[in-house]
Amino acid sequence: MAEEKEKLTIVMFSGDLDKALAGFILATTAASMGMDVSMYFTFWGLNIIKRNEGSIKSKGLARKLLGLINRGGSKRLKLSKFNMFGLGTWMMKRLMKETNMPSVDEFITMAKEMGVKLIPCSTTCGVMGLPEDAFRGEVDSLAGAAFFLGEARKSKVTLFI
Amino acid sequence: MKADQTLDCVGLYCPMPVVKTAEKIKELKTGEVLEVIADDKGIKQDMPAWCQTTGHEFLGIEEAGAEIRVYVKKAHD
Repeated sequence: MAEEKEKLTIVMFSGDLDKALAGFILATTAASMGMDVSMYFTFWGLNIIKRNEGSIKSKGLARKLLGLINRGGSKRLKLSKFNMFGLGTWMMKRLMKETNMPSVDEFITMAKEMGVKLIPCSTTCGVMGLPEDAFRGEVDSLAGAAFFLGEARKSKVTLFI
Repeated sequence: MKADQTLDCVGLYCPMPVVKTAEKIKELKTGEVLEVIADDKGIKQDMPAWCQTTGHEFLGIEEAGAEIRVYVKKAHD
């Protein structure tokens, strides 16, 4: 194995259940291969790492409304296709359970245990008015585009999901 | 093939066999052999690739019906 660990950086832009799974499968596999992994969550991707419990308090009417229709949380994610008012997502979750596939929730815990860094984008948090306590405990501190590019420059693999 | 430890991954799909192997191999001493039993065919491609990246030695595959046994020798700490 190389002295300096190889790096994988993933931009998690989408808040869709299927895309979140793809991201976490690659992140945990890379970590198991000894790679240094950072996942950078921006826009709808932030929904993946919002905490599932309680309410998230944002200031201002527009942001409150956005929070209402865009609550997020790993357990509320939907399929990007065939959601069919939740029926498709419910079916997929059932199939995943039947095949012993971890849920997004379990993947987040697993990734964190394996040393994957989970970084929320500070700009999106600012625009959407998300306080730092909007996120689950596993999440690392906020960072901006310069931080991401700094990581990406050193990465062997960079993905945008 | 003789192994020092066995990891049962039957019923698990990618990425779990590889993720569990990475965890399990920490328990072995350098030079010891880990046997991974799986039924996801992807492991036949995934485990050699995992070994190549991590530097552990891929010893081979034994197949019996749906059961796939993969052998990995721990090459370093």
